Amino acid sequence: MLEHLELFFRSIFIDNMVFAVFLGMCSYLAVSKKVSTAVGLGAAVIFVLGVTVPLNWLLDQYLLQDGALAWLGPEYADYDLGFLSFILFIATIATMVQLVEIVVEKFSPALYNSLGIFLPLIAVNCAILGGSLFMQTREIPNLGLALNYGLSSGIGWFLAILAIAAIREKIRYSNVPAPLRGLGITFIITGLMGIGFQSFGGMLTGDNEPPEPTEATTAKTDSKEEEKEIKREIEDEKRTVSYNDVINK
Amino acid sequence: MALLSKKDANLILDPLADNNPITIQVLGICSALAITAELKASVVMALSVLFVMGVGNVVISLLRNVIPSKIRIIVQLVVVATLVIVVDQVLKAFAYELSKTLSVFVGLIITNCIIMGRFEAFALGNGLWRSFLDGIGNALGYGVILIIVGFFRELLGSGTLFGIPVLGDPVAKTGLYSIGYENNGFMIIPPAALIVVGIIIWVQRSRNRALIEEA
Repeated sequence: MLEHLELFFRSIFIDNMVFAVFLGMCSYLAVSKKVSTAVGLGAAVIFVLGVTVPLNWLLDQYLLQDGALAWLGPEYADYDLGFLSFILFIATIATMVQLVEIVVEKFSPALYNSLGIFLPLIAVNCAILGGSLFMQTREIPNLGLALNYGLSSGIGWFLAILAIAAIREKIRYSNVPAPLRGLGITFIITGLMGIGFQSFGGMLTGDNEPPEPTEATTAKTDSKEEEKEIKREIEDEKRTVSYNDVINK
Repeated sequence: MALLSKKDANLILDPLADNNPITIQVLGICSALAITAELKASVVMALSVLFVMGVGNVVISLLRNVIPSKIRIIVQLVVVATLVIVVDQVLKAFAYELSKTLSVFVGLIITNCIIMGRFEAFALGNGLWRSFLDGIGNALGYGVILIIVGFFRELLGSGTLFGIPVLGDPVAKTGLYSIGYENNGFMIIPPAALIVVGIIIWVQRSRNRALIEEA
C-alpha cells in the first residue's frame, strides 16, 4: 500500500511529466489557450496512459525482456527482443487510441464530443510513449504499480496543463512585451512553474530507509492541500477573468 | 547556388530562422529541453534527428501514393520507429555512456512532433528531392536551437564546453574564478532550458517584428 502511495505522489509531483522531464510539451503548448479544452485533453491523457502503460508492461514482461519468452518453452529462453520495444510500444499506443476512439464514439457520444477530437492527437503525444518507456527503464515490478504509474503520471500532466491554461487565460489582460507575447511568455512561465515543482523534491526523501508511516501521511495531506490550493487559484482566476470581461464590455 | 535552385535553397534556409521548428512552428519541444544540459548530448541528439528526418522524409515521400490516408499515421509511426531503432542500436554500440545520458529520449524521437509534422505537412505532398531538403532543413533548424541552448547551459552552468573546462578551474580558483565568478547551478536544472528557449524566442522576435503573435 505504502509503495503505491509513494509512487503516486512521486509521479504526480516530483517526476511530473511536464516540469521534470518535459514530456508532452507540444500539445501542452498548443492546447493550453483555454481551460475547457485543456481539461478535455488532460482527461484523455490520464485515460490513455492508464490503459497503455499496463498493456505495455505486460508486453515488456512476457515478450520483450531478456529471457521473457521462457514461458513458450526452454528453447526460447535465450531470446532478448528488447530492441523491438519502440516499435511494439508505439503500435500498441496507436491501436489503443484508435480502439478507444471507436468504443467511446459508439457508447458515449457525449464523452466523444468532448474528448474525441483530442484522441488522434494523443497517439503522437510524447507523454504517452514516454510513460511506457519510463515504465520500462525504471523497472516497475508489477502490474498494479504499472497501472498506478500510468494513472498518476496522467494526473500530473493534467494538473500541469490545467494550471498553465488558467494562467494563459489570465495573462491576456497583462501588458507583456510584444516579442514575448504568446509562446515566449508561456515558456518562461512554465520554467518558473518547473522551479516551483522542484521544491517537491524534498517531499519523499526516505529513499534508502523504509518510509515511516508518519512521513507518508504528512506528504499525503501536503499534496492534497496543494491540489486544493491549485484548484482554488484556478477558480479565483476564472472569477477574475469573467470580472474583467464584464469591465471590458 | 548552382547545385540548388533558389526555391530549393529556401527549403533549407527558412527553417533555420524565420520558420524555425522550435521557436515558430512549436514542434519538437520535448526532446529539445530535456537533454540540453550538456553540449555533447545536444549535438548527438541533433545528428540523430537529422538522420531520422532526412531518411524518413524520403521514405514517406516515396510511399506517398501508396499509403491509404486512413492508416497513414500508423504507417508513419512504423517508418520513424524503424529508423529510431537503428539510431538507438548504433548509439548503444558506439557511444554507450552517451546513450545512457539520453536514456528514453532517443526513443522519444518517434513521437517528436517535428517528424510527424513534416511528414504530414510536406513529405506526403512533395517529391523525393524536395522532401529530403525539407527534412534536412527542419532538422538543422531544430539542431541549431538545441546547440544554442546546450552551449549556454553548459557554459554558464558548469563552466565547460564538451566537458572541457573553458573558464578556469572552480576549485583551484584559476581563470575567471579567480576574480570571484561562480558557476550558476540554476542552469543545470531542467526548468532553466525553458527559460533559455523563452529568451531565444524573445531575441528572435525583437529582431524580426513580423513574427510577433497577436495576443
